[in-house]
Amino acid sequence: MTDLNKLTLAEARDGLRRGQFSATELTRALLAAIESANTSLNAYVLPTPEIALRQAQASDARLAKGEARPLEGLPLGIKDLYCTKGVRTTACSAILDAFTPTYESTVTQNLWDAGAVMLGKLNNDEFAMGSSNETSCFGPVTNPWRRRGSNVALVPGGSSGGSSSAVAADLCLAATATDTGGSIRQPAAITGTVGIKPTYGRCSRWGIVAFASSLDQAGPITKTVRDAAIMLRHMASVDPKDSTSVDAPVPDYEAVLGQGVQGLKVGVPKEYRMDGMPREIEALWQQGIAWLKAAGATIHDVSLPHTKYALPAYYIVAPAECSSNLARYDGVRYGLRKSGTDLIDGYETTRRAGFGAEVRRRVLIGTYVLSAGYYDAYYLKAQKVRTLIKRDFDEAYRTVDVLLTPTTPGPAFGIGEVGGDPVQMYLNDIFTVTVNMAGLPGISVPAGLSSEGTPLGLQLIGKPFGEETLFRAAQAIEDAAGRFTVPARWWAR
Amino acid sequence: MQVDAAAVQRIARLARIKVTEEEARALEQELSGILDWVKQLDEVDTSEVEPMTRVIPMTLKERPDVVTDGGIADEIMANAPVREDHFFVVPKVVE
Repeated sequence: MTDLNKLTLAEARDGLRRGQFSATELTRALLAAIESANTSLNAYVLPTPEIALRQAQASDARLAKGEARPLEGLPLGIKDLYCTKGVRTTACSAILDAFTPTYESTVTQNLWDAGAVMLGKLNNDEFAMGSSNETSCFGPVTNPWRRRGSNVALVPGGSSGGSSSAVAADLCLAATATDTGGSIRQPAAITGTVGIKPTYGRCSRWGIVAFASSLDQAGPITKTVRDAAIMLRHMASVDPKDSTSVDAPVPDYEAVLGQGVQGLKVGVPKEYRMDGMPREIEALWQQGIAWLKAAGATIHDVSLPHTKYALPAYYIVAPAECSSNLARYDGVRYGLRKSGTDLIDGYETTRRAGFGAEVRRRVLIGTYVLSAGYYDAYYLKAQKVRTLIKRDFDEAYRTVDVLLTPTTPGPAFGIGEVGGDPVQMYLNDIFTVTVNMAGLPGISVPAGLSSEGTPLGLQLIGKPFGEETLFRAAQAIEDAAGRFTVPARWWAR
Repeated sequence: MQVDAAAVQRIARLARIKVTEEEARALEQELSGILDWVKQLDEVDTSEVEPMTRVIPMTLKERPDVVTDGGIADEIMANAPVREDHFFVVPKVVE
């Protein structure tokens, strides 16, 4: 059987169970796809073929004995922000050098316990700080999608750009990712893939390199809504090792996919209709509204008055937390070490050499807003605005079950096209960041193509722990829109 | 312009990141631009608003105050850039 790498996670699971192919054949197909594509796409920073084949062999033995676990033999890519025992983990930062964890993150452990196979570690923006995967110390990732009639290399979004590129190019069946301000949903939207950031506290953060602890959440990027439901069920857990892990059982998300959206109340927040919004984004949004209406949902106008303040508040809260989290990189206990004239000079030299420009910029901003005399004006102010943003959502959810918005303000842009002013890059997260600020779940579903022939996504935002509703509504959009796969495999050697 | 070169150097010192004079000039612009942009939050009246401390209402978990881990010095030292036995080696700090 050829092209096993093009299967969805659900198709591969069912094919393995029926014995149509083995986990080893499936894994070999994916390793071959990575081998032929990675020079062009740079999605993987560390393929792990030996581990993959060993796990696949063990899965074949279990499948033969009828002892298959839920994800038995299914090959996945893992964002390099997840600590993997005995496998180099860098967060794509030079400061972590050749750091090799002696422990496994809770989320990846959950996946291996469910029988999944690890293909390797995926590229991302350095410490997940970026919206284009251009800040990685391993270099940028390329989007498998191209503009119609153009060879210009496009970004796959960020920070989970290795995950989105690898899933869109069939270099893994599904990938783990993380989302602090949109880092799952924005890359999913511009690569034609599905990405869900669950409610804060649904997935354990233990063993995931920390960026901004009150905003970070793990989630999957997948080819279909069903695959996202399967992945999230096995990533999520209640974890005593993360004090913010919420003590609630993990539902079988796949079981609700067929329930439809009859009678579901969908809110359309008017504040997301930004000045200068491209007409194709507006048209996509209207199309999404029409699809949900046709499937039996009712549409309601709602107001989230503090929307425009979410991004500036985020750019206080996230750098503040990052400056605090990244204080641990001192060149003493692990990672890069550069010597200096004394201890302090050693720290300063190590951190100058190890952090890239965007990370340094954010650590400096964070240090400034937390420094004596400025805390109230910036950090405290931002946390108060955050309360108002959350309150807006609480108010909206009195009348609706779910919100529908565009995921991004536009399609994928070219590598190097958005440079210079950092704020221009930050604006990519304008529709996604509110969700992190309020701790809510959000999913991006492919919904159409731009005038350039590249993918666009719609975002659904749920109530806390409303992931089941999100999956139902996302399935309705996917049913109407169909899947969007890359037209030409230009990257394969 | 909120941040001048001296302020950049002061922040960089607090953040323990070496910044050259040339980098400081670029950072003056960049940091000021970001800080000017976030100042739009001043438009929002927050006089009666509590700061957010957690997004999902929950009480912080507790567990019995007992040792649950330990005896893994080899693992802790495994990634140290410079070490001697079970010690991290740092430059001399006390004369």
